Amino acid sequence: MRTQYDQADVKRVIDQLEGKVAAAFAVDRPLCVIGIRTRGETLAKRLIEGLKKRGFNLIEHGVLDITLYRDDLSEIGPGPMVRPTHVDFDIDGIPLLLVDDVLFTGRSVRAGLNALIDFGRPSVVRLAVLVDRGGREVPIQADFVGLALNDVPVGHRVNVHFSEDDGEDEILVEPRE
Amino acid sequence: MSAKSGHHHRWTRKHLLGLQELSADEIRFVLDTADSFKEVSTRSVKKVPALRGRVMVNLFFEDSTRTRTSFALAAQRLSADIIDFSQKTSSVNKGETLIDTARNIEAMGIDIIVVRHPAGGAAELLSRHVKCSVVNAGDGAHEHPTQGLLDLYTIRERFGKIAGLKVAIVGDIANSRVARSNLWGLKKLGAEVILVGPPTLLPRAFEQLGARVVYDFDEVVGEVDVINMLRVQFERIKTSQFPSVREFTRLFGLTGDRFKRCKKDVFVMHPGPMNRGIEISSEIADGAQSGILTQVTNGLAVRMAGLYLVSQASD
Repeated sequence: MRTQYDQADVKRVIDQLEGKVAAAFAVDRPLCVIGIRTRGETLAKRLIEGLKKRGFNLIEHGVLDITLYRDDLSEIGPGPMVRPTHVDFDIDGIPLLLVDDVLFTGRSVRAGLNALIDFGRPSVVRLAVLVDRGGREVPIQADFVGLALNDVPVGHRVNVHFSEDDGEDEILVEPRE
Repeated sequence: MSAKSGHHHRWTRKHLLGLQELSADEIRFVLDTADSFKEVSTRSVKKVPALRGRVMVNLFFEDSTRTRTSFALAAQRLSADIIDFSQKTSSVNKGETLIDTARNIEAMGIDIIVVRHPAGGAAELLSRHVKCSVVNAGDGAHEHPTQGLLDLYTIRERFGKIAGLKVAIVGDIANSRVARSNLWGLKKLGAEVILVGPPTLLPRAFEQLGARVVYDFDEVVGEVDVINMLRVQFERIKTSQFPSVREFTRLFGLTGDRFKRCKKDVFVMHPGPMNRGIEISSEIADGAQSGILTQVTNGLAVRMAGLYLVSQASD
């Protein structure tokens, strides 16, 4: 199993993801792109940059913090920082692309969908992820996947790093500490 | 936007009892968390499921409208269930009544007790006798931490910082838990605190807590960035400590005349409820430099943060 993807790999994966997204939405229609904090937010920004170059000019950009919607707070320990959510536009009736870095159990996306419902009713909600590593615990699947990893052992984590957050672009498959 | 602390600090306190015991980092953590909760109140659905299935009780042994309502709404916006338990207590048997009452309520399956009590130290005492979280909503003249935190939040929001600001707290300092919580918080975050009031209501001992004590409002009115006017608490004041109402207004009220000598961008605060025309003139309270209603709005976000943090810490 490959355990490391470098900057060039990440760029290629994002380009492929961006191509799939671009093919699925109308270039001249409004589109909301909402990233799940923290790496989903960065990925969303990069996708939007690419989509704009492809002529998508009616994109609204939002950020979702799902801490208050999680079902596993007691498992991740006391006092996780709750950070602001920014969805400063009307999402009713408009297609919405939810963006996250890694799709694993599906629980983060479940929480994200719950949070979205409190902001309105998009015409459709699609899910784009950089990496799908399998291991779902709820019936949620991505519509657009950059990189599918089918043989990540249960005890391993897939960590996505972006230069904006972590200094460099890479995808690492590592044993859980 | 307010400056983020940037610390990867974690909140571990099961109770919120006062600002004296909190570190500067912990205070900033609450304020940063409140920033995130403020956004919730701007949504079309003003509610998050964070405390779904939890129960909060408002246990008030003293009159309160806004604090009780603010806690209730904060809990509702977090999807908690709420019980209201208010009763006047006699001064005899205070401790026993309080603990017995709280234990009885806790036996119903309560997760958070929000308590207001006329005796200083009541919340801390309670926290040692129950298993659930305790949030102090005012204990005697001791502390009112959520008011202190919302005042800090409001100042930080207005100026983008707290360190280096000069803050005057004016009025009946001796009887004020708001003054004490503000003093602790402002000092920890690096503000200069000036306490102003008549000698009968402002013991010199406050200097030992790091405040400047001033008996002449006019001496400092032109140099401060923030003026926090305390409510004259007629119900707590022994008449011998207090000049006449007219004299109090003349010496320590924020009158139009005095306001003209303030800094141009002075920020005026009041914890409410106001005695209009006594400690503060109506024109100033309702004017452009008043943060009084913003304090109320921010109080909701700060209380949401407080309730959320103590709940997470008790898991």
